[in-house]
Amino acid sequence: MADLRLAGIGKSFGAVEILKNINLHIEAGELFVLVGPSGCGKSTLLRMIAGLEQITAGTLEIDGVRMNEVPPARRGIAMVFQSYALYPHMSVRQNMGFALRMAGQGRAEIDAAVTRTAHALQLGSCLDRLPAALSGGQRQRVAIGRAILRDPWVYLFDEPLSNLDAALRVATRIEIAKLKQAMPDRTMIYVTHDQVEAMTLADRIAVLGCKGIAQVGAPLTLYRKPRSEFVARFIGSPAMNLLAGEIVQTGEVTMLRLARGGGSIAALVPTCPGDKGRRVTVGIRPEHMYPTESATHALAARVELVEVLGEVTQLHFAPCRPGGQTVIARLPGIHAGLHGRTLRIAAAPENLHLFAEGRSLLYR
Amino acid sequence: MPPLVMALMSILIGVTGCVGYVYFSNLVLDRVIFPASGQTCARNIGRANLVRPWLFLFPALAGSMLYLVFPFAGAFWRSLFDREGDAFIGFANYRALGADHVFQGALANSLLWVLVVPAAATCLGLIAARLTDRLRWANLARAAIFMPVTMSLVGAALIWKFVYANDADIGLLNAIRATLGAAGPLDVLQIPVWNSFFLMAVLIWTQTGFAMVILSAALRAIPREIIEAAIMDGADATQIFLRIEVPQIKGTITVVWTLVTILVLKVFDLVYAMTGGNFGTQVLPGFMMGVMFRDDGRASAVAMVLMILVLPILAWNIGQARKGGD
Amino acid sequence: MRVRARHPLRACRAANIAVLVLALVWFIPTLGLLVSSFRERDQILASGWWQAPLAAERTFRVRADAGAAVTEGGRHVIAGNVFANDADAAMPGRVKAFGVSSRAPAAFGTGLRADLVGGGSLSVGADGHYRLESPRAFGESAPTIYVRATMPPRFSLDNYRRVLADDVMVRPFVNTLAVTIPATVLPTVIAAFAAYALAWMEFRGRGFLIAASAGLLVVPLQLAFVPLLKLHQGLGIGQGLVGIWLAHTGFGLPLAVYLLHRAMAGVPRDIIDCARMDGASEVQIFSRIVLPLTYPALAGCATLQFVWVWNDLLVAKVFLPPADGVRVMTVAITDDLLGSHGGDWGMLAAAAFISMALPLLVFFILQRCLLRGLLSKAPEWR
Repeated sequence: MADLRLAGIGKSFGAVEILKNINLHIEAGELFVLVGPSGCGKSTLLRMIAGLEQITAGTLEIDGVRMNEVPPARRGIAMVFQSYALYPHMSVRQNMGFALRMAGQGRAEIDAAVTRTAHALQLGSCLDRLPAALSGGQRQRVAIGRAILRDPWVYLFDEPLSNLDAALRVATRIEIAKLKQAMPDRTMIYVTHDQVEAMTLADRIAVLGCKGIAQVGAPLTLYRKPRSEFVARFIGSPAMNLLAGEIVQTGEVTMLRLARGGGSIAALVPTCPGDKGRRVTVGIRPEHMYPTESATHALAARVELVEVLGEVTQLHFAPCRPGGQTVIARLPGIHAGLHGRTLRIAAAPENLHLFAEGRSLLYR
Repeated sequence: MPPLVMALMSILIGVTGCVGYVYFSNLVLDRVIFPASGQTCARNIGRANLVRPWLFLFPALAGSMLYLVFPFAGAFWRSLFDREGDAFIGFANYRALGADHVFQGALANSLLWVLVVPAAATCLGLIAARLTDRLRWANLARAAIFMPVTMSLVGAALIWKFVYANDADIGLLNAIRATLGAAGPLDVLQIPVWNSFFLMAVLIWTQTGFAMVILSAALRAIPREIIEAAIMDGADATQIFLRIEVPQIKGTITVVWTLVTILVLKVFDLVYAMTGGNFGTQVLPGFMMGVMFRDDGRASAVAMVLMILVLPILAWNIGQARKGGD
Repeated sequence: MRVRARHPLRACRAANIAVLVLALVWFIPTLGLLVSSFRERDQILASGWWQAPLAAERTFRVRADAGAAVTEGGRHVIAGNVFANDADAAMPGRVKAFGVSSRAPAAFGTGLRADLVGGGSLSVGADGHYRLESPRAFGESAPTIYVRATMPPRFSLDNYRRVLADDVMVRPFVNTLAVTIPATVLPTVIAAFAAYALAWMEFRGRGFLIAASAGLLVVPLQLAFVPLLKLHQGLGIGQGLVGIWLAHTGFGLPLAVYLLHRAMAGVPRDIIDCARMDGASEVQIFSRIVLPLTYPALAGCATLQFVWVWNDLLVAKVFLPPADGVRVMTVAITDDLLGSHGGDWGMLAAAAFISMALPLLVFFILQRCLLRGLLSKAPEWR
């Protein structure tokens, strides 16, 4: 069992600071997902854990042992690279056995282990092929198999699905989830920019923003109670709608008036009396919106575009001013013929999120 | 010992020595000096990694130091001394060179060579690469253009001496002139100024194939989609070539340019074999060889001037290396 | 109206013609030397190589064989053939005209009778048979016959035979090999180590060294000659094979490092990282990952160095002793052939082609490697 503790980790190239003061505790045996927009340093963080980048500030501990200066191979870590990083001049067999050979294991022993793992991953028939002769999915499995063979305590995945096509991506995602279930005591750290992968795979997610870690928590916590506008918009697809509003009544239930709505609507967010009259951003997820006839509604807007997907229909509302943000509602079932009509939209009080200066009013 | 056996022995000794050196020096570093075990394990590994690059670099560093850097520095120092190397005379050698008409001629010629030959060889190579790319008999044409690359400059000089020969019954050039009705044979290697160009033609002739082969491979590496997009945008073949393809392979073009320039700087064989540097065709390397064993101070000064001549390319190369290196 | 669709990039006729012209201009000079290498010295001087396949008109003189003189009815007669010498006998030409003085070497047509100055007459038939008649004995000095004849085209391997048989080129060929092979292998191996360190190891001064390797590319070699020769003499190596190997190794390093660094830096970072995670040491990453992956670049680099050393004249002239024993081909051609056999074009041409053969072969075998070695980043990763 191995847990990872990142204390005050930072990374700078010369004067450029990429990561600053990252504090994380990754429990032994959990599948931890690092998610964030591209360029936020999540891959760099992973590479620092792997030992491929020098840690310029803070300490990294694995299983209670400081790892900052330990070379990658001695950290008990295996990594699956985004590009798979298969050695192009070696056969699948040699690729998978390379680490064991470097560790000085016997030829017969390696061969047996490779064959066993390859069969488990349905790679048995292509053991003697070169990576160039494999399909994308097969290469991916070789990369994973190579990691499994080393039997490390910690697995690192660096956007392993981003080079696969949509169908294969779903299939491989499920395989990774099954792999995790098969080895509950191994710790996995998974980097992605795809929030669907994050939501489906993770025990816990850390959302990494430009200013460091925005929020750490279970997937549903992040979905239900995002700490900030940034997390709210990043988790969930289509992204949460953010509307300008004003607090008209405080208490356990806050009453709000929205710029484009009628009457005051309720949100299940407690506020204190001082908040009255405060301008806030109201977040509503598209799937939580429903049409209403009532005079108290969150939003009244003209339907500009209708996307009928079958199980749901997505309505895009015209922004209140040109260039403004469009609002999207996701209604279950098929709704045709709404194009051009003006609809009133409401949402249940427990599904409303309130943000002031980018931060959620729930966490104060 | 026959030279060939000696050569094989030297390869054996040299390569095993080199490989053994790297292998064992690393082994010593990891096992003896900074063993990766015990309490200071992590620190030792870090320290070993600080030393290790220099183990890999050492043979090359020593070789180029001994054979290029020190001679270069030494030559600069030597250029400040007189003929015997006893008296320090400052920049007197350079001043003397400045007043020397033969040197001025050689300098002007060298400048001309450095400007004309790489440009012409690269351009011709590029054109040849583009034109042969879509032909059915491309390989034949390429083989013809490429063949001179493998020749020694002495061989090339021989071939072109034959072409330029001052006799309509030997020299192709004069035979063509005679057919066109010109009076009397002409020794093109003795016409002032133009003779330099006739010599350059020989070097261009040998280097075009080299440029062509590399550039045509670079052209083929351009993704098809980009070309197809340009076709869809209505670009014609010339526009595609000049505006899409050439900018894409700029890097390769400059590499070729540099390699040809390096060759031009070292070219001594050609002029030596064809005119012996007479008739105003002398170039700096030839001039330098002429004064080398008579006046080392002067010769070193010539080498310095040669160096200054290529400073722009050097600076450019260093800039590129900086950009790509880190 | 139907417009015929044409791919805009298909070669047009102009391109075909342009390439044809280019290829011819590039090939013809070499062809000239090639043809000449199969011709004889006097043929080369008599007519342009482009006329070689045609019958060439040649004017030459033959001294009548005084020893073959006989007396027929009081008159002294010499009968013989103007094409009697070894080379001509196999393929005799046809006489068009003949003469008896150098001023008018073709004054008489075949079948005519020319009067000799000292009395007597000469007649020459079209097939070369001549008949000299004189009332007086010819004595020691038989008259000279001037002949203008059309000679059939003739090619032979004589030049090659002479070049190879006289030991003019065989020894230099072996010497050149002896110089070239170590001078190719050593710098490539040494440069590979350095290029790996520059491409994939982190250390202070790396950027500077990369820049320096590019800078050293253009350092003129000439300036190293005097100090290095002194150094070699000081070390006791003197002029000789060891000295030239070391010199070529030193001089070849910058280009080899430059090219190999480009190639090695082109290996995807993930692959190196993955090997590091797999526990490979730097030596193992170098030997098991980077070397196999940049093998084409190594071959390309070695090819360039091979051709450069093979064709080198300058370094060989300085670092090898002037004695016969270890002369390389370029030196042999310039000094020996151009000097002592000056003007023997046929032999020079044959020698030049022998010296060209090996690099040409190497180039065409390793062409693919060469390209990948010189192109910065191989496109076929992944």
